[in-house]
Amino acid sequence: MKKQGSLYTVIYIIIIVVLVGTALAATSMALKDRQNENIAADKMKQILASVHIVPEPGQKVSEVFNKYITAQTVVNSQGEETGTDAFSVNVQEQSKIADGAKRQLPVYICTLPVAGTKYIIPVYGAGLWGPIWGYVAVDADGSTIYGAYFAHQGETPGLGAEIEKPFFQNQFENKHLFKDGKFLPVAVVKKGQKPLDGEDYVDGISGGTITSRGVSTMLHDCLLPYQAYLEKLKH
Amino acid sequence: MSEKISNSKVLFNPLSKDNPVIVQILGICSALAVTAKLEPAIVMGLSVVAVLAFACVIVSLIRKTIPTSVRIIVQLVVVAGLVVIVNQLLMAYAYDVSKQLSVFIGLIITNCILMGRLEAFAMGNKPWPAFLDGVGNGLGYAIILVIVAFFRELLGSGTLLGYQVVPQCFYDAGYANNGLMILPPMALIVVSCIIWVHRSRNKDLQES
Repeated sequence: MKKQGSLYTVIYIIIIVVLVGTALAATSMALKDRQNENIAADKMKQILASVHIVPEPGQKVSEVFNKYITAQTVVNSQGEETGTDAFSVNVQEQSKIADGAKRQLPVYICTLPVAGTKYIIPVYGAGLWGPIWGYVAVDADGSTIYGAYFAHQGETPGLGAEIEKPFFQNQFENKHLFKDGKFLPVAVVKKGQKPLDGEDYVDGISGGTITSRGVSTMLHDCLLPYQAYLEKLKH
Repeated sequence: MSEKISNSKVLFNPLSKDNPVIVQILGICSALAVTAKLEPAIVMGLSVVAVLAFACVIVSLIRKTIPTSVRIIVQLVVVAGLVVIVNQLLMAYAYDVSKQLSVFIGLIITNCILMGRLEAFAMGNKPWPAFLDGVGNGLGYAIILVIVAFFRELLGSGTLLGYQVVPQCFYDAGYANNGLMILPPMALIVVSCIIWVHRSRNKDLQES
């Protein structure tokens, strides 16, 4: 067969693509279980990070998770329980449903030896380059934030990516979601500024304005549907 | 290729005299993106070494069968396949690292050094020299990345690999981190400074 002929070229490309495709499919299949395990373990680690629990190296993440996360629940926007498997709810998909009343709202209930019961709420939103997400742990009064954890996919290192640093996340501690009976989730504003509505606020990251704003919007959009549930906790 | 180049030259030339980044000015785009911190720069450098070495060997092995009209596509398929496999392996065995590098690993495909070396060297040489060429160019790229990241992280954040190295008394005395170092333009300026130093030390690289 002529090496430069069209037939040779077409057959050659088909063979190459099939070979590479098979290799990729095989790798993906072989590693799928391990990857899923890693992804689940990573999610558990993130949830635990919002209540300041970091599994020791060598400790099984799932064991630590099951020890502290004593219950899971899925609620609707009226605060009524609709399910118990919070872990399998896809927060990314739920946060895209525009109507907050139709969302499934997962809550992880965490029992800590000293600090007591905390309610962990997942949040999901957009930064500058890609998605950002996090977990907010709320005290049993339904208003005081016990801890917050944020992560991102590809924010600028040194700027927007700083939202995953403790100095940013620790600012959220002891802020309140309710202000004078009104539900106003914590805002992220530029240093020196104050939000207009008088809600609690934290300093954003200089140079990471769009990511900081993203965190603020994410908290607002994702926590609002929980209002009824949090009000029930309060009483 | 008319004159035979020794294997050691193939391996070591790209480290300095024929460096892909500062002499051939290839792969600048990713050098800007991943050098704000030292750790991603190191992992990115190592990933490029691995992908480039394997891609060179594979392309060199099949070089005589590749039809000329579609050679770029074949090279691209090989590189893309390898990059996806590296990403999958990182996800399965080093999940934390893969999370940090998520977008950067994919960026390896677009790295001009890969296509450049495959097209210029691997297509015309036996697997072993092609392998050495891949490792050499990968390392040449990695070295520059690490040097740039070293200065950017040190001056921009006062840390190295995430550890604080600039002592607190400096800050008390009025020293401040240079926020400009974190921004992409400074990567370009640091690279230019390296090129300047490099050229003034290697007279034969200077254009008249």
